[in-house]
Amino acid sequence: MLHVVVCIKQVPDTTQVRIDPETNTLVREGIPAIINPFDMPAIEAGMQLKDRYGATVSLLCMGPPQASEALQKALSYGADRGVLLSDRALIGSDTLATSKALACGVEALGKEMPVDLVICGKLEKRRIRVRRVLEGAEEVLDAPLPALLTVLKELGEPRYASLPAVIRGLRTSIPVWGVKEIEVNTDEVGLAGSPTQVRRIFAPPQREPGEVVSADGEAEKIANLILDRLIEAGFVEG
Amino acid sequence: MTDKPERFDVIVVGAGPAGMSAAYLLAKEGLNVVVIERGDFPGSKNVMGGVLYRHPTEEIIPGFWREAPLERHVVETQTWVLTEKAAFKAAHRHEAFAQEPYNSFTVLRARFDKWMGQQVRAAGALIVPETVVEEPIMQGDKVVGVRTGRPDGDLYADVVIAADGVNSLLAQKVGLREKEIPTNEAALAVKEVIALPREVIEDRFQITGDQGVTIEMYAEATWGMVGTGFIYTNKDSLSVGCGALISQLVERGVTPNDLLEHMKSHPVVAPLLEGGETREYLAHLIPEGGLYGMPKLSTHGMLVVGDAAMLVNSMHREGSNLAMLSGKMAAQAVLRAKEWNDFSAESLAYYDQLLRDSFIYKDLYKYRNMARFFETHPEFFGFYPELLNEACREMLTVDGVSKRSKQRKIFWDALRRRMPWRMALDFYGAWRSIA
Ligand SMILES: Cc1cc2nc3c(=O)[nH]c(=O)nc-3n(C[C@H](O)[C@H](O)[C@H](O)COP(=O)(O)OP(=O)(O)OC[C@H]3O[C@@H](n4cnc5c(N)ncnc54)[C@H](O)[C@@H]3O)c2cc1C
Repeated sequence: MLHVVVCIKQVPDTTQVRIDPETNTLVREGIPAIINPFDMPAIEAGMQLKDRYGATVSLLCMGPPQASEALQKALSYGADRGVLLSDRALIGSDTLATSKALACGVEALGKEMPVDLVICGKLEKRRIRVRRVLEGAEEVLDAPLPALLTVLKELGEPRYASLPAVIRGLRTSIPVWGVKEIEVNTDEVGLAGSPTQVRRIFAPPQREPGEVVSADGEAEKIANLILDRLIEAGFVEG
Repeated sequence: MTDKPERFDVIVVGAGPAGMSAAYLLAKEGLNVVVIERGDFPGSKNVMGGVLYRHPTEEIIPGFWREAPLERHVVETQTWVLTEKAAFKAAHRHEAFAQEPYNSFTVLRARFDKWMGQQVRAAGALIVPETVVEEPIMQGDKVVGVRTGRPDGDLYADVVIAADGVNSLLAQKVGLREKEIPTNEAALAVKEVIALPREVIEDRFQITGDQGVTIEMYAEATWGMVGTGFIYTNKDSLSVGCGALISQLVERGVTPNDLLEHMKSHPVVAPLLEGGETREYLAHLIPEGGLYGMPKLSTHGMLVVGDAAMLVNSMHREGSNLAMLSGKMAAQAVLRAKEWNDFSAESLAYYDQLLRDSFIYKDLYKYRNMARFFETHPEFFGFYPELLNEACREMLTVDGVSKRSKQRKIFWDALRRRMPWRMALDFYGAWRSIA
């Protein structure tokens, strides 16, 4: 049977996050945590594979213990199981270390049932054929499984979960796996395994609005105006 | 889906203070309880000011204040009577209020309710968010469940607790109350959370540590309409808001937003808010009908609690505590009904009885005529505040006129503007309506 792993992440509701202008840190206090909106189409992709090919869908999430809420919610869309990767040793992981931990998590899931496909947000049988949407064109790609796919929001939001599914999701207790369960080397994850370090976070300075020049009608006049500006700015030699 | 509709002991509709209190107590007794909430999480739709009293909250969760996310404990309560250019301020502060276990706290409900939601879940109840209850499921005149907006969304239970707030769809649909609240029995309130650094707040309000101040404002604060304005200190923000009867807002063609901006720009209010950054803006209805607005509280298979039952004492800004206590009484009635396995109207009427025997009913009875009285006596929101502030100004102005002549002037000015017998009647009426 097709085994699909969907990776999701819990994030603070970005519409509500602010950056403290004095300390330059993210103000997270009191901000609700939600499933990363970019992961929603990934969940839907998993569900569509389940509907069409009877895939088994596992959810994998790395985060603090309270991230199990995100998994419970994601389960209500119809996934078969959810696993939370949570361990002190994973704290401070950057993109590389997180990828390492998730990869080990997928491998650990694969021990129970071989994994055919991993789907991540914003990033199918023995071979898959996917249509990649490009600007103004579509590309059809073939690849052997196992594979990793990223999906864009064009794929759609998850369906509106049924009430029994929501209740089942809320009732499910989420197993928590640490570094032991996923058999990862502790110096490959967490702060130790993260080559990137955050020096400073700051709000980007407000951009000055661009200059608006109005010149009605005559094309020649407008063209001259633009040319003058370009010369002034040194982009074009006078 | 293979899932069959599950049967619960109790369905609670609405994860506000009323619904969560009932759910918490029932789940602790081992009942199978589900709470349906349309918001993303408990508290996401709550707009309370707000002041939370310790005593009633401890009736639900003893010792809550040691762990719950609270803002400040209130040590000082101020009441201001505003006119366009002046303010008469009364303040009360007591050392006792600065001592544990404290009397009341300012809270931001989104945080507090989220915490309470965790306690409810830990007690064993299920909270289902992002789900709207659309109607009750009836069998004859019995409520047997609710229909939600989700696919396969019907739920059944022995009893439904309608804790769905001021507009209570359930109470309306079951016919326990009129379709719409009359516009003179509800206030529309708006509130902003204005961020300010901790030190600035402590400095401006003369408090230290986690001490807090509440200010209630009348008269010009609501442009002379029946209503109040308020400022409550949080840790690093102020809750600032006001509200007035909908009927009067409509009559004057004033939006609640106009009202709030007007209040915020008042010369005694503005300096307290200066430099603050508005973080949230929220609007909500407050039931003001009091005792006369109270619907029937129970029927076959359903109880109505909190704002849904219009349980707000607007004189003392008590809403959430009445909500919580009514939730507790509803839980007691349900437990008794469960024991007897009788969820009929007669059995559940035990809730009505508990409520009637409590201070809630007595307080609502005491102030039963207040709303009507003030609605028909606008002079208490215009003429008298003006008189008071101008009298103070007269007495405090040193200009070579003797104090005795000043008193005489104040007295005769007042009498020229309103007949003495009218004033006597006004105050007799006001006293009757709140005494
Ligand atoms: C501006 C303002 C300031 C206030 N200040 C204070 C104060 O300082 N102190 C105080 O004690 N009280 C105050 N109150 C009053 C207090 O907020 C309310 O009395 C209290 O919240 C009532 O609790 P409740 O549980 O009955 O209703 P609510 O808190 O309104 O909760 C009802 C819940 O039901 C949910 N719901 C509604 N319909 C449905 C549906 N069909 N399906 C699913 N869910 C539904 C809502 O989303 C909501 O979460 C204030 C109110 C306002 C508006």
